[in-house]
Amino acid sequence: MSGMKRKKDLTFLQRIYLPEIVKGLKLTLTNMFRPNVTLQYPEQKFTPPASYRGRPVLVEDKGNAERCVACGLCARVCPALAIEVQASETENEKERYPVKFEINMLRCIFCGFCEEVCPEEAIVMSKDYELVFSKRSDAIYGKDKLLVPIDNLKDRLEFLRNFK
Amino acid sequence: MSIMEIVVITLIKIVAILSVFLLSVAYSVYFERKIASWAQNRVGPNRVGWNGLLQPFADVFKLLLKEDIVPEASNKPLHTLAPFIALLVAFSTYAVIPFGPEVELFGYKINLVVADVNIGILYVLAFTSIAVYGITFAGWSSGSKYSLLGGIRSSAQMISYEVSMGFSVGGVILLAESLSPVKIVEAQHGWMWNAIIQPIGFITFLVSSFAETNRLPFDLPEAEPELVGGYHTEYSSMKFAGFFLAEYANMIISSALITTLYLGGWQNPLVDIFHIQGGWAVAMQVGAFMIKIALLLFFFIWVRWSLPRFRYDQLMNLGWKVMFPLALLNIIWVAVLIMVFKI
Repeated sequence: MSGMKRKKDLTFLQRIYLPEIVKGLKLTLTNMFRPNVTLQYPEQKFTPPASYRGRPVLVEDKGNAERCVACGLCARVCPALAIEVQASETENEKERYPVKFEINMLRCIFCGFCEEVCPEEAIVMSKDYELVFSKRSDAIYGKDKLLVPIDNLKDRLEFLRNFK
Repeated sequence: MSIMEIVVITLIKIVAILSVFLLSVAYSVYFERKIASWAQNRVGPNRVGWNGLLQPFADVFKLLLKEDIVPEASNKPLHTLAPFIALLVAFSTYAVIPFGPEVELFGYKINLVVADVNIGILYVLAFTSIAVYGITFAGWSSGSKYSLLGGIRSSAQMISYEVSMGFSVGGVILLAESLSPVKIVEAQHGWMWNAIIQPIGFITFLVSSFAETNRLPFDLPEAEPELVGGYHTEYSSMKFAGFFLAEYANMIISSALITTLYLGGWQNPLVDIFHIQGGWAVAMQVGAFMIKIALLLFFFIWVRWSLPRFRYDQLMNLGWKVMFPLALLNIIWVAVLIMVFKI
């Protein structure tokens, strides 16, 4: 290694430690006056950029209807087997909808495969990173928790259109 | 002054010093954490009270409420005694350190030192040697190999560095021609600070006091990564707090001692330059003493968060092959100053 020197290769000044110690002290002293980037978490919150993969949510189109057609691709591709979809028929134009759509948040690994594979752009990763449960059964998110109005997801959808 | 008056005045001084001392020990823990966080671009304690100023009290309450675990394999009397030795030494050394000049208050002449002992420096050296027992007992009586290693390391380290510490004090004593801290401070009038006259002795004493207080870069007795905390591994609750507080008390004692011996104690050159007299002069001198101690404390903490730990053989090499000859060299230097230049 070029950075490491053996003791016999050190110069006299390096060998008496003191100048090197002063160098180290100077470094920490300059660090003390540097502004830090700490966020006071519960009061100040981190707003992630659009590329952030938070918890997956279902897009709720205008008119309170989910985009999902219950094709089951997301459930198929999910490497952690976190998604469960049950399809059913509907009178609407798209003919199919999920009766049951559940994501087990204890299993989800936030890989974003579901979002990538979705043909309808119906499941996307949100910016929500605060996932707390007191029971395991609480960790299974049903449609009530998964459906998010499209207005709240514009950032991510635009990101997907540009970069996916 | 009658005996009664002397006793009362001394008691008042003890209470005043002890309360200020305990408070500064508590707050040096707080400042250690704050300065550490500044050095590492963090914020540090800021939840308890304004900017975390009540943190020391929260810490003490937490430690008081913890369960006090005494290991089965320990030697119980010694295990209990050790933190008390550490605390006793840390708190009693302060008695001989003068924090101000002689003042006249309500018609009494009061010396701003608890005990003006004419062998004060010997007293301090003797007591800091006893501090080794606190740590060694703690290591040995815990009945744990890590604690034992920590205790043995500390005894070897402290004895080695005490030699160079004693020899560097020799230079100071030669110049002041007295063992009394009060006389030593008076001998450093104006800018005649020992740190300026005998810089080598100052450096050796400074380094030795780092080793004596077990602070980084010489904190081998504690060495978390290798010894799981060293001599206090098996301590919990208030007994652990005893060692913790003793370490910080020792830091303050060392700072006070360095100030007294090398940085002119309460001497404030500004007082002479602007011819200030009376109460203001005393206040400025006591203030100067406090500021010097505070700066040295900052230095102690600053060094801790900048430097890595020495390896054990490096520590011993430094102690015996570098610090000891330097301390001897310093004595020769002072002797030459006295004989040739007649300081």
